[in-house]
Formats: sequence, structure tokens, C-alpha cells
Amino acid sequence: MISIRSIDFAYSSLPLLFKEFSLEISRGETWAILGPSGCGKTTLLYLLAGLRFPTAGGIEIDGQRLARPRPHSGLILQDYGLLPWSTVRENVELGLRLRKFYGADGTHAPRNFQPKSNVDHWLERLGIDMVADKYPSQLSGGQRQRTAIARTLALEPDLLLMDEPFSSLDAVTREGLQNLTLSLCAENQLTLVVVTHAIEEAVILGRKILLLDEAPTRTARVFENPAAGTDGHAGGKRYQELCNLLRREMQHEAA
Amino acid sequence: MKRRDVLFAAMALFVLWQAAAMIVDLPILPPPLEVLGVFFRELHRDMLIHFAVSLWRVTAGMALSVLVAAPAGLAIGGSRKLNRFFSPFIYLLYPIPKVVLVPVVILFLGIGDVAKIAILFLILFFQILVLVRDQASGLAPQLIQSLRSLGAGRRALFRFVYLPASLPAILTALRQSIGTAVAVLYITELSATKYGLGYYIYYKGSTLLDYPAMYAGVIAMSLLGLGMYFSVDWLERKWCSWKFVS
Repeated sequence: MISIRSIDFAYSSLPLLFKEFSLEISRGETWAILGPSGCGKTTLLYLLAGLRFPTAGGIEIDGQRLARPRPHSGLILQDYGLLPWSTVRENVELGLRLRKFYGADGTHAPRNFQPKSNVDHWLERLGIDMVADKYPSQLSGGQRQRTAIARTLALEPDLLLMDEPFSSLDAVTREGLQNLTLSLCAENQLTLVVVTHAIEEAVILGRKILLLDEAPTRTARVFENPAAGTDGHAGGKRYQELCNLLRREMQHEAA
Repeated sequence: MKRRDVLFAAMALFVLWQAAAMIVDLPILPPPLEVLGVFFRELHRDMLIHFAVSLWRVTAGMALSVLVAAPAGLAIGGSRKLNRFFSPFIYLLYPIPKVVLVPVVILFLGIGDVAKIAILFLILFFQILVLVRDQASGLAPQLIQSLRSLGAGRRALFRFVYLPASLPAILTALRQSIGTAVAVLYITELSATKYGLGYYIYYKGSTLLDYPAMYAGVIAMSLLGLGMYFSVDWLERKWCSWKFVS
């Protein structure tokens, strides 16, 4: 589904973050991107979202070269990106309103876009229908993140990109939302790419884990984790072993 | 701000005024009850016309400033290039005391309402422009990125992000400008007109030496400002209700 082909990337006048970096991501896979601060995790997500562009090489999604944000990709950022002046319902409707604003032009909205609202379904599915008329400032962190997820899923994406989505939540809420994310990906046949700095979260969410080293990253170090998302995985023996392995790798890199 | 509190403050000021009038005991500071009597008497004469003319001038000046300065502030604040280009001009022009331009503006625009509205516009324009620009340029980049990822281009960003984000700044700028606007209104109405509260106050006080009527005009002018404060508060509660939730 996603082909990253020999890309270079650097922010202007800063050192390279990626050098001739390549990666293939297949449809329906769940990927976690793990690495130390400043290694380019979030940048890689922005590149996949079409918000940044490589200085050399290219990224293709479904055979199309990425030149702008793609209507079928959904991005969820660390601080949720909710509009503070809009209610939960209005925030969830936002993507649909944007598509109606432009019409089915194939650039901002898919060519086959039908202006039908599925907002009530997603409010209920994410368990935020009770707070639909509240503003983001009146919500808990977990409810805000559920709103951001509902807003993205209302656009029926096939690719979900998440940047440290649960980092500011308490342990119980985080666990609940991690499980919910995995169920939603399975229900809707979504491809998931989630950036995290937490080793445990990477091992819970990613069937494949991409470990980024100190910049510039040249090769993709991928750890297979096929049991992610299955019952009893979190806390199990293989989970612990992989966490320890990743921790050693990251400590080795930092040393 | 509660209306009841404003009423109590007004009563306290009247008590102080009464005490000052008793101490001074001169025609130039008549007691408040006498002034209130004149105020209600004058309302039945021509004060309402002066009030309406002043209200029209100050409202037109403020509306024109918002209509021009808010989009300009949004455009400049939303674009790094425009901001870099225009900021030096804004910083050079903003501190000029526009009141000194009154004779020049009257020379170019004549003695009618247009010149008076233009003076108000010149003063309020920069206040609103700067506040809206700062609000628009200070928006969190994550918010913009998140909207862009949902498919928003430049037009949609203005409609769904920059404009609603700047509404509180526009209203704050308006609230901050009311005092200046009313003061400037008085100055513009001192000359080249026979209508307006500024003219009324000056004419009653300096020409007729009718001090109670002059103070009645001052009360009318403060009521004009107060009404504008309440209007801005009402608009803020209506358009920015998200700011008042807890």
C-alpha cells in the first residue's frame, strides 16, 4: 500500500533526518514507529500524511505519488487538534463539512464523496454521544482523544496515522484507547501507523515495529510482532521479551 | 460584568459627585440630581438627535474598521511572507497619534460625516489589525496541520480556523477601542458640525455656559460608551460561547 522509496529529508539548514531510506507497508498492517527524541518519528508520519515532502526520492500510496494530504488518510496528532470553539459534534463533523465546502473535487475530497452524515454512528461507537454538545475544554483527555478519532473515522479512511496519541493519558484510559484503536482497525480494515516513544505501547499496537536510530536513518530496522492485538498478548512472555529486546537496542544506540 | 454591579457603581459615583458639588459649591459643578433633571428634560428636546448622530458616526467608524482591519489582520497573520512585508509599515504607522490628522482629513474629505468617520477608522483600524494579526499568527501549528490533513486548503483554513479563532481578538480590540473611539468622537464633533454629543457638550458648556445641560451631555456620552460595552459583551457571549463554559 505504502512505498517509501529512497527518500532524503532535512528541515531547512538542519542535518539530514533520512538518507536514502526505504520502507514498504502493506494494506491492513499495524505499524509502530519507535525511536529516541529527534530521530524523525513524527517527521516520517508527516511525510506519510503528505504534509511534508522528501528532498529526494518519493512516497507512493496505492501507486499514487504523494504530493498533498490524501483524502483517504486520517492523521491524529498528539494534542488532538480539536477546534476549541466547536462542540464535540461539530468537531466530529468538521472533516465532512470541509469536504462539503470543496465538493467532490478529488483533491480535498474523494471524487466519489457523497455528503451523508455518519456522525451519530461514530459518536456512539467512540462512546462520546453523551458529551456531544460539550466543548473540548470541558472534556477529559480520553474524551478529547476519542473525539479526534471519531472525527478522522467519520471520513472513512483506509490509513490511520497517529502521533503519540495516548502519551498524555493515564494508564487505564490509555489501555482502553489502545484496545479500542486495535478493534477499530480490525473492524474497518484500516492500515495503522502509530508513532510512540513508549516501548510498551509500540509492542501492544504494532504487529511490525520500526525502530529508528539516531538521525540520519538509512535502513529500516523492523521487528516482527505478529501476536500484537491478540488476547493475552500484553504482559505475556513474548511481549516481555520483545520489550526487553527493544529496550536493549535503544540503550545500545544511546550509548 | 453584571448590570447590577454597574448600577451600584453608578450610584456610588453619584454620591461622590454630590459630595464634590456640595464642597465646591460653584455653578461649574452642579449637583447630580439637578443634572439628571436637565438630562430627562433635554431628552424630550434635541438631545436624542445629537445622541443618534454620534451613535451613527461611532458605529459606522467601528464597523468600517472591523470590516477592513479584520480580513487584513487575518491575511497578514496567516501568511509569514505578508507578515514580514507589512509589519514594518504597521509599526511605523501605528504609533502616529491620528488625532493630529483631524485638520488634514477635514481638508481632504470635507466637513461632513465622512471625515469624522474616517478619523475614527484611522485610529481603530490599527488597533484591530494588530490584535487580529497576532491572534492569527499565534495559532498552534498542530491545529493547522491537523485541519490540512482533513483536506483543508487555504480558503477552508480561513473559514474554519483563522476567522473563528480571531473573533475573540476582534471583540477584544473593539472593547479596548470604545474609550478611544468616544474620546475621538468628541474631538471630531468640536468643529464643522451642528449635531452630535461632542458639539452639544461644547456648545452648552463653552458658549451658553449652561453647565447642567453640559453635564447632561456628558452623561449621554457615557451612556453611549456603556451601551457599546454591553453590545460587545452580548456579541461575545453569542459568538464566543465556548469561552464562557467551565
